[in-house]
Amino acid sequence: MSIAQDARLQPGKSAERPATAAPTRDFGHPAVWAVAVLLVIMPLIANGFFLIEIFGTSLILGIVALSLMFLAGYGGMVSLMQLTIAGLAGYMTAVLGASGNANISLGWPWWLATPMAIALATLFGTIGGTLAVRTEGIYTIMITLAIASAFYYFTNQNWAIFNGHTGINSVVTPHFLGIDWRADIAFYYVILAVAALCFGAVSYLARAPFGLALQGVRDNPRRMATLGFNVNAHRIAAYAFASCIAALGGVLQVWNYRQISPGSVGVERAIDILIIAVVGGTSRPIGAFVGALIFVLLRTFTLDFLVAIGLDGNRFRLLIGLGFLAIVLFSPDGIVGLWERLRGWSGQGKAQAGGERHG
Amino acid sequence: MSRFVERYPGRALAILIAVAAALWLIFATWPPGLEEAFGRKKVFLSAVFNGVTLGGLYFLVASGFTLIFGLMRNVNLTHGSLYLFGGYIGYAVSVATGSWLLSFLCAFIVVALIGAAMQILVFRRIEGQELRQTMVTIGLSIVFADLMLWAFGGNFYQIQTPAALVGPIELPFVTAVKSSGEAVYLQYPMVRLVILLAAVVIGIAMWVALNRTRIGMIVRAGVDDRDILAAMGVRIQLVFVLVFALGAGLAGMAGVVGATFQSLSPGEDLRFLLASLVVVIIGGMGSIPGAALGALIVGLAEQLGSVYIPTYAIVVTFLIMVLVLAVRPQGLLAGR
Repeated sequence: MSIAQDARLQPGKSAERPATAAPTRDFGHPAVWAVAVLLVIMPLIANGFFLIEIFGTSLILGIVALSLMFLAGYGGMVSLMQLTIAGLAGYMTAVLGASGNANISLGWPWWLATPMAIALATLFGTIGGTLAVRTEGIYTIMITLAIASAFYYFTNQNWAIFNGHTGINSVVTPHFLGIDWRADIAFYYVILAVAALCFGAVSYLARAPFGLALQGVRDNPRRMATLGFNVNAHRIAAYAFASCIAALGGVLQVWNYRQISPGSVGVERAIDILIIAVVGGTSRPIGAFVGALIFVLLRTFTLDFLVAIGLDGNRFRLLIGLGFLAIVLFSPDGIVGLWERLRGWSGQGKAQAGGERHG
Repeated sequence: MSRFVERYPGRALAILIAVAAALWLIFATWPPGLEEAFGRKKVFLSAVFNGVTLGGLYFLVASGFTLIFGLMRNVNLTHGSLYLFGGYIGYAVSVATGSWLLSFLCAFIVVALIGAAMQILVFRRIEGQELRQTMVTIGLSIVFADLMLWAFGGNFYQIQTPAALVGPIELPFVTAVKSSGEAVYLQYPMVRLVILLAAVVIGIAMWVALNRTRIGMIVRAGVDDRDILAAMGVRIQLVFVLVFALGAGLAGMAGVVGATFQSLSPGEDLRFLLASLVVVIIGGMGSIPGAALGALIVGLAEQLGSVYIPTYAIVVTFLIMVLVLAVRPQGLLAGR
């Protein structure tokens, strides 16, 4: 009846997709360690722009996309409201903490405001999830899209809490132990730590009894219900967990830009998260980060690139849209799936999946 | 109807009381106490009329959406883009020829052709994979949005209302009684009423076509079980293309309507996509009467909301959706 029963489930039962068993195998591969070390010593290599604008932003977007990857990949629920949850966490960080808008912000210290923001956003995501699990498949997309757009229009119209379309500016970031945690290098390590934590949590949960039961629910809800699992409780719990991850990403996001406005929770941004997760590949947690890195690189350099080859530099979204279409039509598992298939063709007999970019 | 009353006497009574109260609010002369508490009747009446006409526009957009969904299980998230593109086409035609009716026709045909092309070139290849089809429509809507931004820029466009329809018309609804005892009647823009009428006519025509013709019978059979229908020798692919074209064409036509009494700009595609989503979630996916009811509810909620609780207008719409999902997840008038 409940989540407590999940331990009964035999591992491997839901391993119809290679997704389930993969994450732990990765840790033995030398390339993974190389990428991990590279990420840790990144501040020595990259300058401030690359460190925060490219890698930091990729990791943050990757965290939000990871929450969608968890829901879509393991739960079979494509939720378009993950960015909305992140946005709410960001807004709450700004509203409860200190910011330039003194009439709105309550000025709580960061160690109180941040957990509170994450808790509120998680609660919101769980309630939204409770609504969404009443429906299935494509309906989930429609309902979460409606929730995301309603939140966007609400932030635009509400001045008492969300300060309308100007949003909240000059959000104060944490300072403690004598360190400015928004300084480039310190902030990079904060992001990296949170990203690693979320990645580890998702990888672990995918193999824990709860994650296996969730994948069972994804593959055959009716059979799981017959076996005595509460299908909806698992789905709602998945939403709660994913909301918590998205909320972490949202807090980092608002610290990164030091401001938040309805533009940051717009429907297009929400769809960007879906693009990131799908392009990266929703079968494995790493896909979210791969997708985020590609997305951020494209967003940052498309303009220069298009101008360099003599085209209109403003067609970034066109390129993203076409790339997304190509991935959806030709490689449903995203870049990660494509990579694995390439490896399957070229190096037969080599060690199986693993070893791609770690973020 | 009578079965509904028998099964849910309480709900039927509540609906009856609500309808009676609404009719009284619309037709009666308001007593002074009510005017003090609620504002002037004129404001209320125009909000109701705006809501109903906006509902008409939403119905035009959402009916195509729900038709496509009902038959093909394809959540066509390019529907907003088709709406916007139809509006742009209509604008171009009306500037070039000066004819309002011609712009409707052109928008319908061009957008219907695009819809047919999408069904033949893309969706037919990934038939039955609902989630993937939806993803593809998301990708297409991004591409379309950017192409339209490229071609038409970020400006606002509005289609000129034809001269015959400009100006207000007096309606037989009393808004107030002057001290001299003379009744004041509601003045309302004619073009909005014409559009509402058109929406009602199109809605009835669709209902008749679906329920009283052979093609409608095939489409309804396809909604219920398309595999059996195909097995019985109906050329189901052709039906799919036609329905997709019709749904897309309706969106394009709605674009011309929207461009006449509102305006066109990038971002409108998302707004109307959201509206269609909420309308069909409330009304029941795949149901034409559901789309009509949902459109009416959403239009009224938006307009009344923006008059009486301006900050939370969008939340009202959203709360209605949540309420419907909580009570009747399949939508108010869903068949199954």
